[in-house]
Amino acid sequence: MTAILELCNVDAAYGATQILEAVDLAVEARGITTLLGANGAGKTTTLRAICNMMVRVSGEIRFDGERIDGKATEEIVRLGVAHVPDGRGTFLDLTVEENLRIGAYTRRDKRIAADLDQLYGYFPCLKERRRQQAGTLSGGEQQMLAISRALMLRPKLLLLDELSFGLAPLVVQEIFRILHTINRNEGVSMLLVEQNANIALELADHAYLIETGRIVMAGPTAIIACEDTVRRAYLGY
Amino acid sequence: MLSGLANGGIYASVALALVMIYQATHHVNFAQGEMAMFSTYIAWAMIDAGFPYWAAFGLTLVFSFMAGVAIERIIVRPVERAPVLTIVGVFIGLLLILNSLAGWIFSYTIKSFPSPFPSTAWYGSKYMSSHEVGMIVVTLTVLILVFIFFRFTPLGLAMRAAAQNPVSSRLVGIRVGWMLAFGWGLAGAIGAVAGMMAAPIVYLDPNMMSGILLYGFAGALLGGINNPWGAALGGFFVGFLENIAGAYVVGTELKLSVALAIIVGVLVFKPAGLFGPTLVARV
Repeated sequence: MTAILELCNVDAAYGATQILEAVDLAVEARGITTLLGANGAGKTTTLRAICNMMVRVSGEIRFDGERIDGKATEEIVRLGVAHVPDGRGTFLDLTVEENLRIGAYTRRDKRIAADLDQLYGYFPCLKERRRQQAGTLSGGEQQMLAISRALMLRPKLLLLDELSFGLAPLVVQEIFRILHTINRNEGVSMLLVEQNANIALELADHAYLIETGRIVMAGPTAIIACEDTVRRAYLGY
Repeated sequence: MLSGLANGGIYASVALALVMIYQATHHVNFAQGEMAMFSTYIAWAMIDAGFPYWAAFGLTLVFSFMAGVAIERIIVRPVERAPVLTIVGVFIGLLLILNSLAGWIFSYTIKSFPSPFPSTAWYGSKYMSSHEVGMIVVTLTVLILVFIFFRFTPLGLAMRAAAQNPVSSRLVGIRVGWMLAFGWGLAGAIGAVAGMMAAPIVYLDPNMMSGILLYGFAGALLGGINNPWGAALGGFFVGFLENIAGAYVVGTELKLSVALAIIVGVLVFKPAGLFGPTLVARV
């Protein structure tokens, strides 16, 4: 298996406050990798470092074999990296459908309408509310919209920041089930940042554990899930 | 009353140009009027050099668009993150520079500016000249084109998105910096239309837009500085009100104070404007 995303010795800082230290991480092509950790461990910062968004980064980041560290956020996105950010990043004043169309902004192909229909197939509730202002959606619907907006880019890699945050468990399960389907059908690689380790370990094939800005454990999920420390700290049994 | 509508078209255009920059940057571009005035001088120079009117009109729009983009990239960009007062200072500086530059290049003597429309009354109407009817048609066309652009084109959608949520916009690959520059360009071009339509009536001189900017600003505030269509409607309404008040209430000398009264009144009683944000928030 080849890696679609590789972070090599990456440091990241907000101003003078260093958050990440020497992070090494890889996401396999067509695979799902999860990055687990407590609040403030540096999960969101890792995703921001990949997109060169709001943080100062040093080290080497490769996407699809190409160095992307130092590139502008919008140029990294144009290479095929879609980011569902912390807080969802919904365009609240635009309609649901406009939010989706804006996701396909960089595309020039003719399959945009077909992709829109396909996503409405995955998330029927969005279709019902397509003309509605996105700000009126519920939290779960907004999360679905954020994922759909990201997928409208037809990305090779999807970065997902704490999807489960603030959502009802049933909604979370539903969203993860759809992500699984999308990964299988479309072959989109995913890097999933989560506090909810249970559900993330179920979906992902590889897992990393981050503590205060350092990767402390890495491996296939089947092995990670059995580690005593992980079980006690994150899975609660 | 109908000629109020004609002036209203100009105020609506200026209001729209103001709102366009306000929405993207949350700053009122005080130099908007002088930008329009300068564009009008460019048009005048071209017509004076023998260009046909509509060719000069089109070239002026292109020039104004590029000048708007250039102003954003060169002058506004470096102070993007500066405190509000700095930015206001930059805008006022820009206003003074454009004003003096126009005076220096074209002299302060008042010039007449041709109208593309016949100078006769409109089909024998007592109330409206052909130029006034033409003004209404031209400004309405511009407003409709701008509306179509923002509502139905991907670039228009991207500009709205960039104004609303720059961070998310970058995450879908929008080059936000260029969207802001385009916004300035569009504002410059719309302002130029207002300038060229106003010039046959107010005559061409470096201070021609000062009163118009005030009315445009009043219109933008009245309609809602966050709502382009409200602002345009507000512009028309101010034109109408100005005319009525000028004719029947305060007389022509005090007409301009109507604009000030509107500005103060709106800010005190309904800061969001009549058609302010209709955003529904989830509670």
